[in-house]
Amino acid sequence: MISRRNVIISISTAMLALAAPAAMAAEPIRVVASFSILGDFVKEVGGDRVALTTLVGPDGDAHVFSPSTADARAVAEAKLVFVNGLGFEGWMDRLVESSGSKAKLVTVSQGVEPIASEEEDEEEEGGHAHAGEAGHEHGHDHDHAREAAHEHEHEEAGHEHGHHHHGGLDPHAWQSVPNAKIYVANIRDALIAADPAGKADYEKNATAYLARLDALDAEVREAIAALPKEGRTIITSHDAFGYFAKTYGVEVVAPQGVSTEAEPTAKEVAELIRQIKAEGVKAVFVENITDPRLIKQIADESAAKLGGALYSDALSSADGPAGTYIDMMRHNIKTLSAGLSS
Amino acid sequence: MVYDFLIAPFADFAFMKRALVGATALALGAGPIGVFLMLRRLSLTGDAMAHAILPGAGVGYLIAGLSLPAMTIGGLVAGITVAVLAGLVARHTALKEDASLAAFYLLSLALGVMLVSLRGSNVDLLHVLFGTVLALDNATLVLLAGISSITLVTLAAIYRPLVLECVDPGFLRSVSNVGTPVHLMFLTLVVMNLVGGFHALGTLLAVGLMMLPAAGARLWTQDITRLLILSVLAAMAAGYAGLLVSYHAGVPAGPAIILVAGAFYIGSLLFGTEGGILGRLMPARHLEA
Repeated sequence: MISRRNVIISISTAMLALAAPAAMAAEPIRVVASFSILGDFVKEVGGDRVALTTLVGPDGDAHVFSPSTADARAVAEAKLVFVNGLGFEGWMDRLVESSGSKAKLVTVSQGVEPIASEEEDEEEEGGHAHAGEAGHEHGHDHDHAREAAHEHEHEEAGHEHGHHHHGGLDPHAWQSVPNAKIYVANIRDALIAADPAGKADYEKNATAYLARLDALDAEVREAIAALPKEGRTIITSHDAFGYFAKTYGVEVVAPQGVSTEAEPTAKEVAELIRQIKAEGVKAVFVENITDPRLIKQIADESAAKLGGALYSDALSSADGPAGTYIDMMRHNIKTLSAGLSS
Repeated sequence: MVYDFLIAPFADFAFMKRALVGATALALGAGPIGVFLMLRRLSLTGDAMAHAILPGAGVGYLIAGLSLPAMTIGGLVAGITVAVLAGLVARHTALKEDASLAAFYLLSLALGVMLVSLRGSNVDLLHVLFGTVLALDNATLVLLAGISSITLVTLAAIYRPLVLECVDPGFLRSVSNVGTPVHLMFLTLVVMNLVGGFHALGTLLAVGLMMLPAAGARLWTQDITRLLILSVLAAMAAGYAGLLVSYHAGVPAGPAIILVAGAFYIGSLLFGTEGGILGRLMPARHLEA
């Protein structure tokens, strides 16, 4: 005699048996990216194989982000957590720890040559904090033998990154396309390490994307080359374009320093206005994430024109002018060219 | 030399002039308000109101972005709602004003934080609302000047009942029933000045320009007219000196202004003729007779 209970059990077992293999095959690996630009890279490389959560969304400011419980849950469930490093996400270590996550923390700026926020101590600070990032003990098992030598010498430097300030380092490495390529390679390696079955997919995606980045790099260089040599000074709200400046040979000045948290001083604002007047800087630019009032004030007073908004630390929403990294760089370079060439 | 140090920064740079005008306008309104808050033992009310305004302005920011009217109206609505509710509860229930104010401002703060989070934005409220006195545009200056004008005119109109209520609220109630409306108007002025202040200094620092000059001035005089004048002058001087410090020493302008006001307060604590520390240690001659 067949009891009702047995029927239910056998039906559900049959359903489970049917559902399970399909689910296993399609189950994407859960990953978290700390902010929108990283999210875009991970999406490009991971494609359908990853289920991506981006913590700091479009137009958000990752310098001062405060995570919600939903964010903590995403981190807790993730297999990989991608962070920029270089002290950009001061809140990430605490979030990973408090969420009880077993996720591997992948610092994608690994291998980027960091620049200091103040030029004079570039050598010393740069060496330190780079090693500090590598010194984080989060057990990445993908290959970074290059960093290993530093790792043991400077382990204490890792402490610098617990708080918001960048510890003398400029974290905005993605503003230079060659650095973005390092990011993408690191993301590819980490994904392959976490999900070896998808190796072919990740490599294919990454290779295609790296080729597009090469084209973008050439495009940016061409646009900068077209600018008059004298007029390559860019004024923005906060110091996010140091890597851009170094890679592409422009000069960037900002009243606010590398973090958006610092309040500007009258002295800095005055010096900036003097510099704009003395050098005949043509345009100043606001950023999508910062308070535009100060830079507008500076434009008014120095007779430089307001050159439009640059996207520095976050993408725009998908339908905006900078929905992806490549669009963002194109938008920035177009805005810069238009502002500086006329 | 002296000119270079004291005047040239303002002569050379329009943003310094604007900052000075803004700080002066703020001082004109906030100085007297601070005196009345202090006399009525509501010194901490300013701080509570600042917290109450924060979420209103934050919601305004979320709806309309960094728009002066939206953030101003949001802050005014939140602040006045809290002030009026707290005032009414204090007058009509067993709760005292401090308890009801604490309750309402905490509710406002929590509500604001929740609304902001529901919107899914990660914009840090405090960060957005950190005004900067170095970036005052025309609209903000007009707002600051308007607020201080309204404050001074209204204070002149309600001066007598307001002073009476500070000194002897029981007597005021026995001869007149203007006490409640006068109190509510006064709280409205407090909110307006804080909203003005947050555009220039940020919500929390704005309270400093209100309370520190008033508390310092009290150590020099007991006369209310002199108290009002001295506290306005001290607030103006703090604005001027703070901007100079920021210009020459390269420190952030908002905190510099408040720290100069704090230096006035501490100096008054030491040297004030009406209850300052040194005055108490060395009694004046006419008491010896």
